[in-house]
Amino acid sequence: MAPRPPHSWLKAHDIRAVTLQLACIALVLGLIAWLIDNTLTNLATRSIASGFDFLTRSARFPISESVLPYAPSDTFLWAFVAGLANTVVLAVVVAALSTGLGLVVALARRSTNPLALGLSTSFVELMRNTPVVVQLLFWYALVTLGLPNVHAALSPVAGVFLSDRGLYFPRVFLVGVTTPVLLAGLASATCVAAVVLFVQRRRSRGLHPRACGIVAAAGACAALVLAGILGGAHLAITVPELSRFNFVGGSTLTPELVALVLGLVLYSAAFVGEIIRGGIEAVGAGQWEAGRSLGLNDRHTLRFVIVPQALRIIIPPMTSQYVNILKNTTLALVVGYPDLASVTATTINQTGQAIEGIVILMSIFLILNLSASALMNWVNRRVALVQR
Amino acid sequence: MTSPTPPGVTDVFVRTAGLEGRPPPAGVRPSLMKSLFGDLATASATLLIGGVLLLSVPQLLAWGVTRGVWTGSADSCSGVGACWIFLQEKYPQILFGIYPPAEQWRPMLVVALFLAMALWTLAPRNWTRWTLLAWAIVTIAALLIMAGGVFGLPEVQTSDWGGLPITLLLTVLSVGLGFPLGVLLALGRQSSLRIPRLASIAIIEVVRAMPLLSILYVAAILLPIMLPDGVTIDKLLRAIVALTIFSAAYLAEVVRGGLQGVPGGQAEAARALGLSWAATTRLVVLPQAISKVIPPLTNTVVVIVKNTSLVLVVGLFDLLSSGRAALADPRWPGPYAETYLFVALIYFVICFGISRYAAWLEHHLSPRGSR
Repeated sequence: MAPRPPHSWLKAHDIRAVTLQLACIALVLGLIAWLIDNTLTNLATRSIASGFDFLTRSARFPISESVLPYAPSDTFLWAFVAGLANTVVLAVVVAALSTGLGLVVALARRSTNPLALGLSTSFVELMRNTPVVVQLLFWYALVTLGLPNVHAALSPVAGVFLSDRGLYFPRVFLVGVTTPVLLAGLASATCVAAVVLFVQRRRSRGLHPRACGIVAAAGACAALVLAGILGGAHLAITVPELSRFNFVGGSTLTPELVALVLGLVLYSAAFVGEIIRGGIEAVGAGQWEAGRSLGLNDRHTLRFVIVPQALRIIIPPMTSQYVNILKNTTLALVVGYPDLASVTATTINQTGQAIEGIVILMSIFLILNLSASALMNWVNRRVALVQR
Repeated sequence: MTSPTPPGVTDVFVRTAGLEGRPPPAGVRPSLMKSLFGDLATASATLLIGGVLLLSVPQLLAWGVTRGVWTGSADSCSGVGACWIFLQEKYPQILFGIYPPAEQWRPMLVVALFLAMALWTLAPRNWTRWTLLAWAIVTIAALLIMAGGVFGLPEVQTSDWGGLPITLLLTVLSVGLGFPLGVLLALGRQSSLRIPRLASIAIIEVVRAMPLLSILYVAAILLPIMLPDGVTIDKLLRAIVALTIFSAAYLAEVVRGGLQGVPGGQAEAARALGLSWAATTRLVVLPQAISKVIPPLTNTVVVIVKNTSLVLVVGLFDLLSSGRAALADPRWPGPYAETYLFVALIYFVICFGISRYAAWLEHHLSPRGSR
């Protein structure tokens, strides 16, 4: 662009630009003012309360399952927190499982085995070309109607029962962990780790630093377990058993959660698989050949040549895929799992304060998405190409 | 096409048609036996997948075909086999919702009109400005046919519309209205003026950070509160507003990709020819930008088709919700899986068709030798 003479903002072109922008602002502000004015008038005529005071009131609706302890007597604020916790846990579980399954799908799509190739290709096309809502409803119908009732529950492995009431499985937990035992365990673990690291530091020709870290961690774990055993802590297990109406004991996954996790994981895995496959294929055959001519075997070529380069291509679309998973958890509403969106919908029904409810829902999603993007951008910078 | 030979020059050979592509060299295809059982990993994968298929396929076939109920009445569905008879009886309700049965030729006509338009638009040589006009006319005609009240057709309230025509109308309208809006947002985002740029970035990023469900809520619950007293806005229109804004944000990002791919020299050349900003954008920049991104735009349409199924949360009877409504009949044992499979099949045909078409376009539209 040619250098501008001083005071160029007085030129006709710039005056037009400024006028245009001022008109734009005036229009937008006018529209917003009009909408707010309408809203206030409507709220007044319909005598709907406004403000966030309701958050401190008792919610008085149940949440069928919750990661955090919740009772109907808790406040609306706590109901939102419980819903948010459910959403976040669901999103993390779905993201982790679909990444694993997506990796398998990507490998199968690159395989020369016609069975694996055919199966994975049809899977991907089927998942990507039908709405996820339809899939979720299908799985929910299958889980609630296709499975036998509790008295005829399927038991693929002893102690694991699958029925229309959900998935029941044994729960393993620690008993007898008292505070002194825990403190003693932690102290001895720290001591062991410190001694190992100290000895390593003093000897000039020691183990590889990573191996040394592993030894220290293993020693610390052993010390912790030993302290626990000496202190009287032990593992306990409860196995679900059929009582008159339902299983008791063990852990449960409700049909809603089973259908939701199954549906979202399968749907997301198809997209994750295609992202991973695209990343690996984008690296190019020349890199494999280069790795081989350096004398690396296939495994080492993959690990040291292909994967580091593929990761750079994979991470940006993976970020948006994880954000999509987070957004898709709101579909929990259609199968009746109490995530943040369901809690919001119930709150709006109960209080009539739609604006506040939607503002809360939207701000939480904005914050979650921005933090997810920030986190993945940090990961992306770690693996980005170092320009020399 | 103009003559490739400049005036006054003769005896110049200019190739007008491209060379035929040569066939690829014959590859070495491993034998079936080797590709199935070539090494340990392959063999174990084959055994695993084969085992799962052997266990599941006969059961599925038994459920769907041999034990499936193809004839009879509601009582014939005992639950051990698929209740296909339900679909035979209920398909008008699933496809057209609670539209008055005597008038169901109207939604059928709408579906046929959209199908014909879609098929006609497939061929890139039919892409002219008249195509857009034809789509606009067909969409308005479809709305009139559905609503009635003209040409002696009985009036049908939008609350009685349902099924596939709703899904198609939502798709066509949210793409048709969302695309111009998306182009505006994309241009705004690339603008050198600060206010439109910041406003566009804010709109695009906020909409893309939100789940569609929350935007549907805003349209369904907040829009009526935000409009002046006495102005009521139809439920269908509210869903269209939400889907349009959502689609616009996603289409804008695709169009932005195209805008970034147009070399800056193009706009400078147009300005040097004396074209105004509007003419430069309309005649030089946008045509190049959009033709670059037609395949990803087509893929975005698949996303939009799938997204229309979410209007179920605001109580609109699209294809999926009509299927669910049909299931509510107490005379039937509730063949959920069969109904959802049928609905999924229709979505699959539409979406798979569009995505295959996008793949074909990508191959077909790319200039020879550039790949």
